[in-house]
Amino acid sequence: MDYHSPASFAEASALAANATGITRFLAGGTDVLVQLRADIVTPDTLIDIKKIGGVRDIARNADGSWTLGVAVTGAEMSEHPELGRDWPGLVEAMDLIGSTQVQGRATLTGNLCNASPAADSVPAMIAAGVTVTVTGPGGDRVVAVEDIPTAPGRTSLGRGELISAVHVPARGRNAGDAYLRFIPRTEMDIAVVGCGVNLRLDGDTIAEARVSLGAVAPTVLLVEDCAEAIIGTALDDAALDKLAAAASAACNPIDDKRGTIEFRTEVAGVLAKRAAKIAYARAKGEQA
Amino acid sequence: MSKIHVSTTVNGDTVEYLCDPRETLLDCLRDRLNLTGAKEGCGTGDCGACSVTVDGRLVCSCLMLGAEAEGRQIETVEGMADGEELHPLQKKFIEYAALQCGVCTPGVLVAAKALLEKNPDPTEEETRYWLAGNLCRCTGYDKIIRAVMDTAAEMREAS
Amino acid sequence: MALDDRKSDFKFVGTRPDRPDGLDKVTGRAKFGADAHAPGMLHGAILRSPHAHARIVKIDASKAEAHQDVKAVITRADFSDKVPFKPGLEGEFWNVLENVMAGEKALYDGHAVAAVAATSALAARDALKLIEVEYEVLPHVTDVDKAMAPDAPVIREGAADYSVPEGMHPNVVRYHESGHGDVETGFAEADLVIEDSFVTEATHQGYIEPHACLASLGNDGKGELWCCTQGHWIVQKTCSALLGMETSNLRVTASEIGGGFGGKTTVFIEPVALALSRKANRPVKVVMNRSEVFRATGPTSSASMDVKIGMKKDGTITAAEGIFRLQGGAFPGAPGDMTAMCGFAPYNLTNVRQVGYDVMANRPKQAAYRAPGAPMGAFAVESVIDELCNKLGLDPIDVRLKNAAHEGTKASYGPRYERIGLVETLEAAKAHPHYAAPLKPGQGRGIACGFWFNHGGETSVSLALSEDGSAQLMVGTPDIGGSRASMALMAAEVLGIPYENIRVTVADTATLGYNDVSHGSRVTYASGLATIKAAHNAVEKLCERAAAKWGIPVDAVKWEDGCAVPSGPNAGDFDPMPLADITANMGSTGGPISGHFEATPEGAGVSFGTHIVDAEVDPETGKTAVTRYTVIQDAGKAIHPAYVEGQYQGGAVQGIGWALNEEYIYGEDGRLQNSIFLDYRIPVASDLPMIDTVIVEVPNPGHPFGVRGVGETGIVPPLAAIANAVSNAAGVRMRQLPMSPPRILAALRDNG
Repeated sequence: MDYHSPASFAEASALAANATGITRFLAGGTDVLVQLRADIVTPDTLIDIKKIGGVRDIARNADGSWTLGVAVTGAEMSEHPELGRDWPGLVEAMDLIGSTQVQGRATLTGNLCNASPAADSVPAMIAAGVTVTVTGPGGDRVVAVEDIPTAPGRTSLGRGELISAVHVPARGRNAGDAYLRFIPRTEMDIAVVGCGVNLRLDGDTIAEARVSLGAVAPTVLLVEDCAEAIIGTALDDAALDKLAAAASAACNPIDDKRGTIEFRTEVAGVLAKRAAKIAYARAKGEQA
Repeated sequence: MSKIHVSTTVNGDTVEYLCDPRETLLDCLRDRLNLTGAKEGCGTGDCGACSVTVDGRLVCSCLMLGAEAEGRQIETVEGMADGEELHPLQKKFIEYAALQCGVCTPGVLVAAKALLEKNPDPTEEETRYWLAGNLCRCTGYDKIIRAVMDTAAEMREAS
Repeated sequence: MALDDRKSDFKFVGTRPDRPDGLDKVTGRAKFGADAHAPGMLHGAILRSPHAHARIVKIDASKAEAHQDVKAVITRADFSDKVPFKPGLEGEFWNVLENVMAGEKALYDGHAVAAVAATSALAARDALKLIEVEYEVLPHVTDVDKAMAPDAPVIREGAADYSVPEGMHPNVVRYHESGHGDVETGFAEADLVIEDSFVTEATHQGYIEPHACLASLGNDGKGELWCCTQGHWIVQKTCSALLGMETSNLRVTASEIGGGFGGKTTVFIEPVALALSRKANRPVKVVMNRSEVFRATGPTSSASMDVKIGMKKDGTITAAEGIFRLQGGAFPGAPGDMTAMCGFAPYNLTNVRQVGYDVMANRPKQAAYRAPGAPMGAFAVESVIDELCNKLGLDPIDVRLKNAAHEGTKASYGPRYERIGLVETLEAAKAHPHYAAPLKPGQGRGIACGFWFNHGGETSVSLALSEDGSAQLMVGTPDIGGSRASMALMAAEVLGIPYENIRVTVADTATLGYNDVSHGSRVTYASGLATIKAAHNAVEKLCERAAAKWGIPVDAVKWEDGCAVPSGPNAGDFDPMPLADITANMGSTGGPISGHFEATPEGAGVSFGTHIVDAEVDPETGKTAVTRYTVIQDAGKAIHPAYVEGQYQGGAVQGIGWALNEEYIYGEDGRLQNSIFLDYRIPVASDLPMIDTVIVEVPNPGHPFGVRGVGETGIVPPLAAIANAVSNAAGVRMRQLPMSPPRILAALRDNG
C-alpha cells in the first residue's frame, strides 16, 4: 500500500486518476482503517486528504449557507457555536456516529462515501438538501447528496473524482430539522432504522418538507410521499399517521443481524412521527 | 514496500519511527516505541482500550495510521502522571476500586481526562455517554462513573 | 480439614485498602498478554476455516514456506500423535488438540487449520493468504434442537460417553438425570401447574483483552511460555501433552490478565505458538484479533429448555421438573448437567426431577462462562415461578421465602445444605427500599434468585518472611479482579503486620506447586484459605523461635497482634516479641522462616443471590431500558468489600447484556455474522443505571474467615430477573433471550 498526502484536490485527483489497483481516500479513516484491519479492503493507493488547505474549515457564507471542509470531524461540528443552531438535526445525526473517540476523527464526507444505507449523517444531509462539490480530472461539479450513493458500498464518483466541499443550505426562518435513529443500545451501534425530517412552516402549517429514511433500502431514501403527508398540515394526528404509513410503505429492507423486515418497516413509521414532531417544534422555536 | 519515516511528539518527547503504511498509530506506539499502555481490544474503534489524544483530541489509536502522526502531539496513559504525582483520576480509580482486570483502564483514564478538560462538571449522563466508547466487561461501570464524577468534584474544589 | 483457626473479629479483613497492583494498572505499566517482547521474536498468525463443517482434503503451504519473511508453517502434523481420542470429557486433551488445530475436518467457522510464523505481524497475516486449503464442504448444524433431530449431520461418531441412553442422536454426548420424590404425585397436588419452553442464545465472555502469548521452545526441549490465562498450570499440563513434552520442561508465566470470566481457563493459541517456536527455533508471539476471539474461543452454550412447576394457592411448590438441552460446539462439554443441577437448587422441594443434555453442533467449543450453565436454567425456572406468582396473585419474594432452601434442606441435586444464606438475601431484598419504590407507567419489576456451587480445587501457597519483618506471598491463581489485595489482607490478619508490608506475587509454574485455574469462584476461598494456613504455618515457626529464646515450651507461646507473647500468666513474664525482632536474626536461630500450604480445600460453600430489577419497555419500538438494579448476595465474609461489590456489579451487567442484546448470530451458511464489538452488543456505560449492592454475610463453615466465593453467583439471577421485569412491563411473557427489540415488538404484536 502506498500512502500519499497531497497538498491540493487537483493533486489528489491526479494521484487517484493515475493509480492502479484499489484506491481509497483517507479522511477520518474510521471506515477505511476498519476495512484495512479486517482484510476487507487493502488499498494499493491511500490518499490522505487532510493536508489539503481548508479541509478543516466550517464557514458561513454571506447568504447564510454553510461550506464545510471535507475533513471537518463530528466533534468539530458539535463544538461549533453556530452550525448546530441552524441545523441541529444534521449536527446530531453526525454526533450519533460512534463513540467520542470516533467523533474525533469521523467526517460527513467519509460517512457519505462509505455508502452504507445505514449511515447516520446521510438521511439528515438529504433532508437538509445538502450538496457536495466533486473534484475530478474534468474539473468540479456540484451534486446532491442523494445522488452520491448508488448501492451499498458504491458511489456515483468516477475514477479520479473525490468530494472537495460540503454545502449546507441557508437555514432561513420558521424552519427546523431533526434526525432520529433506532439502535438497541444507547450508543455504539449502526442504525437499524434512521429518519431525517426537515421542514418549513407558514404559520402553523407545514409549507415545505423533506423526509428521508436510512437502513430500510439499498440506499438512503428521500421519500416524497412522506413529505406530501405532512405538507399543508399542522402535523395533527391524522397527518402523523399518514406520515408513518408513508414511511413504512417506502421501506424495502432486508432481514439481517441488526433487524428484521417487519421491525424496520414498523419502526420507520414510529421514527418518522417522532422526528417530524421535533422538527416541527424546532421550526416553531419551541425546542432547541 | 518502503517504510515511512515519522517524527512526532509523544508525552512531550520528540520521537521518530519507521512504519509500514498499513501500521496503525497503536501498532507504532506499542511495537515501535514500546509504549504498551494503550491496548488493542478490538482494532475497529469499538472498545476504546487504545484511546490517546492527538493534538488534544480524544481518538482511538487503532483508527489512525502511524504515518498520520507526523508533526502531531500525542498523549498516552504513560504521560498522565506528573512525574511521581499521579493524576487525580489515577488516584481515585485505585481508591474506588474502579478497575478489576485493568486492561480497559488506560483507555478509560485517557478518555476521562479528556472529558474533565472539556467539561469540569459533567452530569452522570454526560459522563456515561462520553465513556460509551470505552468498553469495560468487569465493573459494570458503576465504580468508574463514581470515580470520574468524584474526581471532577475534587478538581473543581481544588481549583 | 480442621478449622480451629476460625475467626470472626477482624482488624484488616473487611477494610478497603488500595490494591497492590493499582499503580501499575493506572499508569500503563502492567504487562498483559500482548505486552511481552523477546529478542529475535517472530509473529504468528492462524489460518481459520471459513466453513462450518468441511473435510480438509489438502493443505498446500509451499508458497508460504517459500516466502522469505516466513520462518515456519505448521498444521496438525506438528503436534503430538500420542494424545488419545476417548468419548465424552475423558478425552479432553484430544478435544483440546482437535480444537486448537483441526485434524481431518474443520468443525466450525473459525476453526484453526494451519499457522505461520513470520518476521512481522503484517508479514504473518499476508502469509496466511499464500496457504491453499482444499475443503469438501459438509452439511452443518448450529441449533441445539436441530442438532438432536434424527436427520442432523453427525459431527463425530463415538463422542458420546456411557451416560447417554440408547437411541439418541450421536450429537448427544452426555446425559444427566437427578432429583428426588415423585413429580407426578406432586403435580397432582398442585392448584396450578405451568409448563413452558425457553430458549437462550450463546453469549461470549467478552473480556476486553484478546488471547495473547509469547512462546519459546528450543531444541533442548525446554520451553518458556508467557500468556494471559486464568490458570497457568493447566496451560502447562495441556500444552506439554499436546506437544509431547515432559510437563516440567515447560515453564509457564501468567501475564496480567485482561478479563477471563471462564473463557481463559483453557488453551487456544498457546500450543500453536509453542509448535511454531519449536519449528522456527525462535520465540513466537501470537495475538488474536477480536474477530478470532468471537469465532474461535469459547462462548457459552446455547440452550433449549422445558420447565414445569406445580404450586398450591398458598405458594407452596409441590413439584418441579426441567429438561435442559445445551449446545456446546463441536466437542463434548456443554454443562447441561450444571444447568439441571442448579435450576431448582434455591428451593426446598419434595418432588423434583431434572434432565440435562450435552449436545454438539458446528460452533466453537464452549468454554466456561461465570457459573457455567446456571444462568440459563435460572431464566427458565424463575420465569415459571414468576408466572405462577402472577397467576395466583402472590408476592414473588414471599413465595420464594416460603420455598427457600436452608440449612439441612436436601438440595435438588442431592446433598444436604450446610449453613446457607438464601433466606437472608430474600429478607434483605424484601426490606430494601427498591422493593417498595413505586413504578412509573410502562415499567415492570422483576425478582429472581440464583445459585452456584463454588469450588475449592488444588491449591499451593508459599509465604516467606524477610529479615526486616515484611512478607512475600506467592500464590498460583492469576489476579483477575483484585485478589492480590484480598490475599494480602488475609495474610496481614494472621501475621499481624501491616497490609502494605506484604508483597503478593502470582508465581510461575516453576516456582510454586500446582494450582487449579482461577475459576469456580475459588480464588478468595481456596487461595485465601491456603494463605491463611501458610501464614499460620509461619506463625508456628515464629512462636517456636520465641519459645526457644525465652526458654519455655512452644505451647506456652501464642501469637497476638504481630507479636509472640506468653500464652498465659504461668508461661512466664516476657515482653511481646514482634515479628520483625524474630526475623531479624532468623538466620542464626534456625534459618529462614516460611509458611506453606498444599492441599485441595473442599468446603467452598454454596452461594445464593437475589436480584431486583426495574425495566421500562418502549411499546412502539420494543426497546428496553434497565432503570434500577439491586444485587443482594451472600459473600460469607467480604474480605475486600469494594471488590466484592465489583463482582456483583460486573455479574449483573454481564447478565443485562445476555438478557437484552448479546447473542451469537449464525447465517444460513453456518458462519458467525457478528464477530466484532459493533455487532456483538455488550452493555456500554450509557445503557446502565448505577448497580446497587447489598453484601449479606452468612459465614461459610468451610473457611477460617467464613468466605464464600462471589464471582459467579452474580450472573445467575439477572437473565430471569430482567425477563420477569420486561415481561411485567410489556404485559407479555418473554421466553427467548436475548429480548432484543425486534423480539419484544413481535411479542407485543402477537399479543394483540
